[in-house]
Amino acid sequence: MIKVNNIIQLLTTKIPLGSWVENFVNYLINNFSGPLDGFANIIELMVENFEAILAYPHPLIVIALFALLAWKLKNYRMSIFVALGLGLVLNIQMWDPLLTTLASIITSVVVALVIGIPIGIIKAHNRVIDLITRPILDFMQTIPPFVYLIPALMFFGLGTVSGVIATVVFAIAPPIRLTYLGIQQVDSELKEAGHAFGANWWQILLKIELPGAMPSIMMGINQCIMLSLSMVVIAAMIGAGGLGKPVLRSLSVVDIGLGFEAGLGVVIIAMVLDRMFGRE
Amino acid sequence: MGKVEVSNLYKIFGNKPKKALEMLNDGATKQEVLEKNGSTVGVNDASFEVEEGEIFVIMGLSGSGKSTLLRCINRLIEPTTGSIKVDGQEVLDFDTEELRKFREKEFGMVFQNFALLPHRTVLENAMFGLEIQNIEKGERERRTKEALDLVGLDGWGDQYPAQLSGGMKQRVGLARALAVDPEILLMDEPFSALDPLIKKEMQNKLLDLYDEMQRTILFITHDLDEALKLGDRIAIMKEGKIIQVGDHEEILTNATNEYVENFVEDVNRSRILTAKDIMSNPVELLYPQDGPRTALHKMKNNGLSSLFVVNRQKKLKGIVYIEDVVDLINSDEDKEFKEIIKEIIRAEPEENLRELFSDIADLNAPLPVVNEDDKLLGVIVKTDVLANLASEGAYDEN
Repeated sequence: MIKVNNIIQLLTTKIPLGSWVENFVNYLINNFSGPLDGFANIIELMVENFEAILAYPHPLIVIALFALLAWKLKNYRMSIFVALGLGLVLNIQMWDPLLTTLASIITSVVVALVIGIPIGIIKAHNRVIDLITRPILDFMQTIPPFVYLIPALMFFGLGTVSGVIATVVFAIAPPIRLTYLGIQQVDSELKEAGHAFGANWWQILLKIELPGAMPSIMMGINQCIMLSLSMVVIAAMIGAGGLGKPVLRSLSVVDIGLGFEAGLGVVIIAMVLDRMFGRE
Repeated sequence: MGKVEVSNLYKIFGNKPKKALEMLNDGATKQEVLEKNGSTVGVNDASFEVEEGEIFVIMGLSGSGKSTLLRCINRLIEPTTGSIKVDGQEVLDFDTEELRKFREKEFGMVFQNFALLPHRTVLENAMFGLEIQNIEKGERERRTKEALDLVGLDGWGDQYPAQLSGGMKQRVGLARALAVDPEILLMDEPFSALDPLIKKEMQNKLLDLYDEMQRTILFITHDLDEALKLGDRIAIMKEGKIIQVGDHEEILTNATNEYVENFVEDVNRSRILTAKDIMSNPVELLYPQDGPRTALHKMKNNGLSSLFVVNRQKKLKGIVYIEDVVDLINSDEDKEFKEIIKEIIRAEPEENLRELFSDIADLNAPLPVVNEDDKLLGVIVKTDVLANLASEGAYDEN
């Protein structure tokens, strides 16, 4: 009887998972505030600089440059679409939040790619890393973003940096996975040919694997941009500036018009970026 | 000393190669090892020598381990145990960097599915080996262009692989291997993915190139015809073992076991060629109303020393030789053109090659092939018969 009771007690005792994580986060904050601050500073600097660059010329010049880029990357119809879309944003006076959003997205995407693509490459070559990263990536892709807003907030405080970090966590999985997939799918006979002619590891990577994986990597970049955009409003909840802010405000003051205008801004920037950097 | 000496080479795929090796040494078969040990035997105790400058063909059905064996030689696949000596150097002793250097200067490799990089042009693909070696750009291009010329692809440099046919892709593969000027060419079923006509053309191309530059070639195939055509010596593999090594004669006449016999028999049956298989269309014909001058003109135009004469229904009337035509034109005699038409022996379409040989041996003109109505179907040139007999003659006695 006593034994059964023991087992029942054991089964009903809650595993203190929550407090473990809490302790772990606290431990990190207490012991690694130096490097974390350094990282935060770099990100802040990046966002500020991107924003300053985008805000420096007259908005019309920026729009013209974007249209030109769209023409170069795709075709003239795309450039007309880009010009009209961005012009509308300027007209409804969402230009400044748009630039802030754009700056943080560029930062998030750059950070995600700089970290993600090399991880994808390593993952494709190393079985152990592959096995370790797999559950972590699943975790990152499926856990609701709100859950890691709190630790991000604790690490980096209220503001754009936390928003960027949360965005990176959310958007980094596709570039890692698609880089990995792209390299995996390169024909093994091609790699054999590389080895047969005496290519070293770097030559195989740069001349055979990465060019072969390029379509897949491009898709990863596109997905990364899109996921970053979908974090705009959520990031605003922890103080990130940009288009998310007016959306949140419109929620709290029930301003349908403002909500729609800001929301439209997000849609337009999403479409512009997707069409420009996506594959047909 | 051979160029390449392989002795007691084993390759076992699986987690317990040592155990598998013991089993093999105790006389277990590939199947038994797989069942009891879970390991797949790729190469089982292979020993052979390749002489400098010869074409050594390794032949076997798919799954016989021939590709594995080839890849062991430049260690694309790491052998389990054994010894591979190239120019007396033990390849298995090399560390990674030495091996890389060795592959760079010693081997050129050609792959079954071409293994061309789709994002690179023909020139850039063929340049790959030289690029890996960091050869200076000008020389790199010069040597690559030479190699492309050799394989008959001059002017195709700017195309992408996707724009080429299979035969041309493999030419690029061949050019890529030749561009690095390797001592040894490793060819892994290079022509298996090509259709028969292109395959033949590529085999001839390879033989031409071989005559020009005399390299050591290790050639893998599952096709005995190809092996006989290209190989100076042939090794036959089965279940990872080399079961016979020898030249054509030895392989075809002294098949050492049933497996080789089956191989050879199979070929024998498919190779009973008849007159209609090897005949070709006559380039030019004479008609009864043609005179000596027309005959001479037609002969000169086509570089022929004789012409067949047929009537409108293409019935064979005979043959006219150039000496007689010239005599007739030069002589004052009042001789008719008809008189110089000579009789000739004929072949039937179903007649087989060996019978034809006796007919054509002392004939100094092509052999006409006619049907039962004496209608001309085609002609057979002596060289055609000889070429086809050369590879078949070896097993006449069987």
